[in-house]
Amino acid sequence: MLLAVVRRAFDMVFVMFGISVIAFLIFFATPGSDPSARIAGRNATPEMLAQVRASFGFDRPLYVQYGRLMQRLFIARDLTSFVNRGQKVVPAVLQATPVTLSLVFGAAVIWLTAGIGLGIVATIFRGTVIDKGLMLLALCGVSMPVFWFGSVMNLITQSRFHDTWLFSWVPGLGYTSFFESPSLWFKTLVVPWFTLSVLFIGLYARVLRASLSENYQEDYVRTARAKGLSESRIMLRHALRTSLITLLSMFGLDFGALVGGGAILTEVVFNLPGIGRLTYQALQNLDLPFIMATVMYSTFFVVLANALVDVAHAWLDPRVRDAR
Amino acid sequence: MTIVSNTSAAPAGKDKRNKPKGPWRTALSRLLRDKLAVASFLFLASIILSTASATYYADHISQTDPFQSNLDGHIEISGEPAEIMAADSEGLGLGVTPIGPTWTGQYLLGADAQGRDVAARLLYGGQNSLIVAFSSTALCLLLAGVVGTVSGFLGGIVDTILSRLLDIIWAFPIYLLAISLSIVLISKGLQIGPFHIPSNSLLLPITIIGVVYVPYVARPIRGQVLTLAKSDFVLASVCLGMPTARILVRDILPNVVTTLIVFAPIMMSLSILTESSLSFLSIGVQPPAASWGTIIQDGQGLLYTRPLVAIAPGLAIIITVLCLNFLGDGVKEAFDPKAKLRVGKD
Amino acid sequence: MSDNILEIRDLTVAFRTEQGPVEILQGVSFDVKAGEIVSVVGESGSGKSVTSLAIMRLITDPNAMISGTIRYKGRNLPGLSAREMRKLRGREIAMIFQDPMTALTPVHTIGWQIAEQLRIHFGVGAKAARTRSVELLGKMGIPDPERAYGCFPHQLSGGMRQRAMIAMAISCDPAILIADEPTTALDVTVQAQILDLLQDLRREYGSSIILITHDMGVVSTIADRVLVMYSGRIIENGAKSDLLDKPQHPYTLGLMRSIPPMTGERPHRLPSISGSPPLPGNRPEGCSFRPRCEFSFSKCNAAPPLFRCNEQFAACFLAENGSHQWQRNSAQERTGE
Repeated sequence: MLLAVVRRAFDMVFVMFGISVIAFLIFFATPGSDPSARIAGRNATPEMLAQVRASFGFDRPLYVQYGRLMQRLFIARDLTSFVNRGQKVVPAVLQATPVTLSLVFGAAVIWLTAGIGLGIVATIFRGTVIDKGLMLLALCGVSMPVFWFGSVMNLITQSRFHDTWLFSWVPGLGYTSFFESPSLWFKTLVVPWFTLSVLFIGLYARVLRASLSENYQEDYVRTARAKGLSESRIMLRHALRTSLITLLSMFGLDFGALVGGGAILTEVVFNLPGIGRLTYQALQNLDLPFIMATVMYSTFFVVLANALVDVAHAWLDPRVRDAR
Repeated sequence: MTIVSNTSAAPAGKDKRNKPKGPWRTALSRLLRDKLAVASFLFLASIILSTASATYYADHISQTDPFQSNLDGHIEISGEPAEIMAADSEGLGLGVTPIGPTWTGQYLLGADAQGRDVAARLLYGGQNSLIVAFSSTALCLLLAGVVGTVSGFLGGIVDTILSRLLDIIWAFPIYLLAISLSIVLISKGLQIGPFHIPSNSLLLPITIIGVVYVPYVARPIRGQVLTLAKSDFVLASVCLGMPTARILVRDILPNVVTTLIVFAPIMMSLSILTESSLSFLSIGVQPPAASWGTIIQDGQGLLYTRPLVAIAPGLAIIITVLCLNFLGDGVKEAFDPKAKLRVGKD
Repeated sequence: MSDNILEIRDLTVAFRTEQGPVEILQGVSFDVKAGEIVSVVGESGSGKSVTSLAIMRLITDPNAMISGTIRYKGRNLPGLSAREMRKLRGREIAMIFQDPMTALTPVHTIGWQIAEQLRIHFGVGAKAARTRSVELLGKMGIPDPERAYGCFPHQLSGGMRQRAMIAMAISCDPAILIADEPTTALDVTVQAQILDLLQDLRREYGSSIILITHDMGVVSTIADRVLVMYSGRIIENGAKSDLLDKPQHPYTLGLMRSIPPMTGERPHRLPSISGSPPLPGNRPEGCSFRPRCEFSFSKCNAAPPLFRCNEQFAACFLAENGSHQWQRNSAQERTGE
């Protein structure tokens, strides 16, 4: 048991290390991309370039640069922005975290409820028009670019129907902290929540529908019927219970990726100052310390989510539990 | 992954007259019976054809250069002259608003912020979106097929290294990886030895999108090859003294290719969405070239005044991706009904 | 009122297909007496399992068309509401399936699944259900039932799983137990134990058992009465001793011949019935066994009804005028005289 935990932790560290190396190489060692040229500006003289290179340490060997970056990011925690000199990276990331968490958490509640609900309803009516209609709707959700849907939602709630009773309550784009005003926090987030969740509702409904109808072919559902169980009990306690394991694994990974900055497009469209938008701004300025910080931050969540999903999987599925 | 189709993929006797219908033909005829899939395919073909006619449309119907800003131009609508960029009547009258949809040949869907014909740009953009999606999918499937097969078939240290690498890329949030690569490469282009890919080349988004999705396909392929290598019919071939290369070609590859075919439409729909996202963040297709994503980006500033600029390319994306998904469902049913595909993240 | 607990009359099950309806069962009729072990034998595809599923109304395919009457203690099962039927399933008529690995929900413990049935039908509390479940598991001969209660299906051996399945089936003391190939997935030694267990159950609880099998060995061990099915019909029906000694239908005879004799010299090759049963959509005119039958004659172009000869029934024109010579001969061959 202890060995398994240690191995798991080692895996996590290994993957994070690998990702940090890849990210570092992408930004610092891609042929043709010179970070000092970026910092020095377009019309920099060779002397200025050399000066920038020396002061930022870009003339050192790559592994020294990597080591220094990691040391300042994780140990000293005093890494500062290349662009706005003096702005510390770690506090900025920590400040953006609650915004992203608020967005993703609310969306997750919506997409889990709606996705599971739609999946169940479609399975109950499988083969009928209701099933086909719901699945078509789900497929549309999966097929939409989220930033486009966000724009359309903005168009509807901020402009076209903003003056009607329907959407007059929607505040302007931006973010208000929960502790400042819970009601405003809620109101600003409703539309982004909905937008972000639509894709996942479609995805989860489709996966659940497929998984459930597969389960309904299984012998144990027939046994459950032969036992005299009601259809709702068969669905909830037998078929769904088995499908939920798959769904939960998916959920863990999706949630981790979103918290880690995967909601970048939604955050940009709705002007929410979360991790995704922070990353986006850093990327636009090629602000390397920020990029490395956000990449490591998001990797941490993705890797953590992976580990948690494995644990949860083992906890929920007795077959996996015994296999290890 | 199924092994059902494998047995029939094995060589089917020397007598050609009695050769049963191959698994490919069976699958194809099954696919052709799927009305929704066929309809989607035809619809996709018509989308491709219409984007291919972009030059003709620009020259003869819209009669504008969709890559040239046209801020002072005039057109005639039912005999009345109309400015393409009309001064705002509200407020201070300082801003200008591009012309809205005319529903005639010229400026069918109106103009964008630079006075360019949106309809014509939609067709040109579609070309690029489809080219990027198609090429990156091809690249991704090729890479994934090779990596997955090599990793699964050779095993040992090669497998360890490759699957570790895949694990890492897999854990790298896909958009972040794509965006990171794009940002760096878009600024200067990519220099690999003597080859230089300029920063405005379509090859950049194609390569980036193709590479980031490799683990999605390579991991299942690796698993499939692993199972196949242990399957009874491969064991039988080994026992019969078949050379390894022959086993690879006759027994393993046909199955890998089937899986790749099943993945193709879904990966393509994913590529279209990814390309549009990158372009929306202005790190995909670079101006003056257009793609559906860049047009949506162009339309952001006009969202509340001329929403059609942003809405139209979005609809084009949705319709194309929907068709690809329908086609993907059909292909999956026809080729490998038991395959479990889970593609699509954030 | 007879002592028949189950009376099935003219049970027909057909599936709608693109080529028109295909009859899987063609007018099956039989009775089950209280406390009787009835064995239904036949090749796969003969309609044995469909019969059992039809009794339980477990055929959920929307393309299935089911007609006929199934009277359980005088109530016609097809006429019951879904709710009434649910109260009956598991409580009055219980079922055991072939492969207990797939027939038990993999994510719940064995004990939970047994307790679930008790709680549904008797409304007992969690604790009482648990106690009773452990007791049942013990009765089924499972060592350390307390531990088995908390086991998931994959953690038990095949025999133990089937015992758990049986414990679940009899948990509510049903009047009829339908066992669909309960021993097919098991080792031979375990098979015998399970069959013993079934016989004990009949003795102890007086349940009727409908045992579906393709294994003549199982039939001869345990059955009181045997129904032979072929291509969707019952072609022979009689007490075990009569039917095994004096098969009236050539098909039954063929089945008997294909069992290696217990005494005497072993034949070089066991005789087998040539050919294979017709597909339900493609039955020949008249008797569906005709193409494979070595005794077929002109009358066989019409479908034979069930003829009575002595205490048994056979759907063969050879049995039209009571039993005849060849059966006796064959019976003598079998006993090695």
